[in-house]
Amino acid sequence: MGKHKQHSRVGKRLVQVLVSCFVALAIIAAFIYVTYGREIPVLQPAGTIAQQEYILILITVGLGVFVVVPVFILLFWVAVRYRDGNKKAKYDPEFASHHGLEALWWGIPCAIILFLAIITAIATHRLDPYKPLESDVEPVKVQVVALEWKWLFIYPDEGVATVNYMTIPEKTPINLTITADAPMNSLWIPALTGQIYAMTGMSTKLHFMADGVGVYNGATANISGEGYADMTFKVNSVSSGDFDAWVEKSKLSTSLLNTTTYRELAQPAKSDQKTYVLMDTLLYDKIIDKYMMPEQVKQRAREKSATETGASE
Amino acid sequence: MSDLQQFIFGRLTWQDFIHEPIMAGAGIGMIVALIALIGLVTYLKKWKWLWKNWLTTLDPKKIGVMYLIVSVIMLLRGGADALLVRAQQVVNNSNGVELLNSDHFQQIFTAHGSIMIFFVAMGLIFALFNMIVPQQIGARDVAYPFLNSVSFWLFAAGMILINAPMIVGEFSTAGWLAYPPLSGLEYSPGVGVDYWIWSLQIAGIGSLLSGVNFFMTIIKMRAPGMKMMMMPIFTWSVFVTVLLIMTVFPILTVSLGLLSLDRLMDMHFFTTDAGGNPMLYINLIWAWGHPEVYILVLPAFGVFSEVVSTFSSKKIFGYTSMVFALIAIAFFSFVVWLHHFFTMGAGANVNTFFGITTMIIAIPTGVKVFNWIFTMYRGRVRFTTPMLWFMGFVVTFTIGGLTGVMLSVPPADFQFHNSLFLVAHFHNMIIGGVVFGVFSAITYWFPKFTGFKLHEGLGKAAFWCWLIGFILAFGPLYILGFMGAVRRLDHYDPSLGWEGLFIVAAVGVVTIGLGVAFQLLQVTVSIINRKKYKVGPDPWGARTLEWATATPPAEYVFATTPQVKSRDEFWAMKQEGRSFSKKYEDVWLPKNSSVGLLIGLLATGFGLAVVWHMWWAVLLTFVAIVVILVIRLTNDDTEMKLSAEEIARHEAALQRRAA
Repeated sequence: MGKHKQHSRVGKRLVQVLVSCFVALAIIAAFIYVTYGREIPVLQPAGTIAQQEYILILITVGLGVFVVVPVFILLFWVAVRYRDGNKKAKYDPEFASHHGLEALWWGIPCAIILFLAIITAIATHRLDPYKPLESDVEPVKVQVVALEWKWLFIYPDEGVATVNYMTIPEKTPINLTITADAPMNSLWIPALTGQIYAMTGMSTKLHFMADGVGVYNGATANISGEGYADMTFKVNSVSSGDFDAWVEKSKLSTSLLNTTTYRELAQPAKSDQKTYVLMDTLLYDKIIDKYMMPEQVKQRAREKSATETGASE
Repeated sequence: MSDLQQFIFGRLTWQDFIHEPIMAGAGIGMIVALIALIGLVTYLKKWKWLWKNWLTTLDPKKIGVMYLIVSVIMLLRGGADALLVRAQQVVNNSNGVELLNSDHFQQIFTAHGSIMIFFVAMGLIFALFNMIVPQQIGARDVAYPFLNSVSFWLFAAGMILINAPMIVGEFSTAGWLAYPPLSGLEYSPGVGVDYWIWSLQIAGIGSLLSGVNFFMTIIKMRAPGMKMMMMPIFTWSVFVTVLLIMTVFPILTVSLGLLSLDRLMDMHFFTTDAGGNPMLYINLIWAWGHPEVYILVLPAFGVFSEVVSTFSSKKIFGYTSMVFALIAIAFFSFVVWLHHFFTMGAGANVNTFFGITTMIIAIPTGVKVFNWIFTMYRGRVRFTTPMLWFMGFVVTFTIGGLTGVMLSVPPADFQFHNSLFLVAHFHNMIIGGVVFGVFSAITYWFPKFTGFKLHEGLGKAAFWCWLIGFILAFGPLYILGFMGAVRRLDHYDPSLGWEGLFIVAAVGVVTIGLGVAFQLLQVTVSIINRKKYKVGPDPWGARTLEWATATPPAEYVFATTPQVKSRDEFWAMKQEGRSFSKKYEDVWLPKNSSVGLLIGLLATGFGLAVVWHMWWAVLLTFVAIVVILVIRLTNDDTEMKLSAEEIARHEAALQRRAA
């Protein structure tokens, strides 16, 4: 009887193990099936900044795994070893303090975190989004405005502007200054660079560089109203020759961007990709100025009414 | 609209009652359920019982149960929201099928987040505070029983306000923390954000008052002999938590207050023009918001400390370390808030500082994990359901800790921020930590309050569904984050190939739903078979004082005031064969009071009136609340005597029933 019972218990345990393995394999298979062949831009960086951020991610994962795996092994070893049924294991209900052991698990995590803190301090300064990239190539300046619900990219030096796409030369530092004329947004191009907020009345900065030719996805990462999901854009990284050709072609666009057409563009609506000739090189500054201090607002309003009563723009 | 109509109804019109099909269905369902409930109570003639035993009670054990019931109902609501969010993302507007439009989708995820944090997680921890803390420190009641009832009813008022948009008006679309300028008047002129503000404001005041109450309870009402360093770890965790509540909830009150001034009086605290600055709001809200995370998770740590110790039949390992780890976590939780917005453009030095303080929190948290494991070491570990939740917690929480450290490195965070990776991380912490902790607590303390255990098999089935569902629901989100998927998307370009992962995530949500179904079934089956699962007062071989009394506990809990001599007092009593003194004395207990309920109702009215701009009603309800409070506070006849004889009689009856 006893032996029979033992057999059935072993059988039950076997079924449990088999079912667990099956479930685990099924989950892993499902994950691989739905992931395989997809683009994973954060893990497949195409620009120098994203590349360094990726390495940093690998370092933190490595350190984390170094801690997590022993914890799991310890947890399951203790759980199995000191399970209620196991009479071979020692039972010591008063064992509740051991200074050496406790020093160990205050000490080791402290050491790991110290190490990680040093890496963090170095990396945070090195990858400060405000820091221009070092390169022999002259950087391209792009002023970005988050609107309801589209992205406006202004190329002040080239005299063109685009909506919902950005064309950049490869292997060239791109200096972004970013603002918003809308609720707060966050500009993110996962394959090229991490994100930074776009906020009204302020200018944030982001610097990045694409390694080669390609088309990358960009998006806003901060909820900004009804059209939020459609605030995506493309980044076309092209050779410098193609970039110059693109600028020349864009300058032939029939759409002109000045304060009037900007005001139309800024109306809350989704938008397709557009290309403009930039007519007002101070447009970006004016968009920021709109949100300045009350006195300036009043003064600007006075000036505006003066020009409007005078002559139309 | 005539002036008179506008004066009376503010901005409320008939149009506001009309909703889209899904929302209308939910609203009508809610009304039908409410009518059915009222009908049932009337049919069973239980109104008097409901009024006397529950609605007007000041007994923390019962207030705790009411918190629990509200939170579980809200868990179902928030879970339904989660299901809708994932369903929409699976459907993804392909073939022209639009399950939810953008506006409705945004209302739903905003409601999901707000409800899950404020009305599920907070409610659950307050349920535990009320049910466990007084008994664990050998007290009969909380320090301020009436205030406690006010706290609960303000919580309930907030709950009604956050659900009201399903019937009238709309909810906020600005996310669970409502960043301005999106939540400002310019971009959200409707009632949605106002509902959000006043629901949280009213419930938040209730939470603050609860914080004060339990702080005083723990400071002043511990049984004689129980020094601070003799308190059970759960009580310690609550003590540290209420310190956090008292410090940070005023910040929430102020942030919401300033935001509502922006909205009601067109002030410019957080607008981007006229000198306002939304970054101020974002700093303020996270100065509350980050400690809030620890307000939720520290009590769960406390629960696991009790559970591991009890089911290993062993003292908690490293008691002093555990206490100092709690204090260290609480301290550091004040200086990490900026890690929620590394991407706002602060300088490298500032980001470095907040990145490092964030990582430091991993140290005391890690220490706690090791101490739990070493509590099991050389123990006799019984793997009952509460212990399974603990094991699941360590696994999920450790992974969440790993992803948390990944997020704490600012340049890496630039690639994770506001992506689904982040969403997966905080669900890892809140489900794996808070929710598993509360489920462990419920299974563990259930027999204490009912006299019978919950069905083990169904409990285990529920656990496995939750764990597997959790992996399926949030594993894909980590991957989607790496793929560049941001949070809160109601649709995305199908060519990105994210659909499969969203389907797996949705399957995960359904699996978790199955777990919830098992839990509801578990409670039902256990109640039906309560005779079969009947247990004595100490079903688990427990260690702390709350298990030393009758099961379920008498109204007065402790017949005589316990004299505490050691840390695990009940365990020591069992070891040394001690029992409580039989020298009964008169006990004073608080009388029932309907004032808390009344204040809750008036606060609901006040909230609705502000939301709809019915200024006469705002004034009326506010004055009424003040007047009622003054009347209540001038009433000295608020306690009733339970004589020594009555207690002796009751105790004798309990003895007979046990024998």
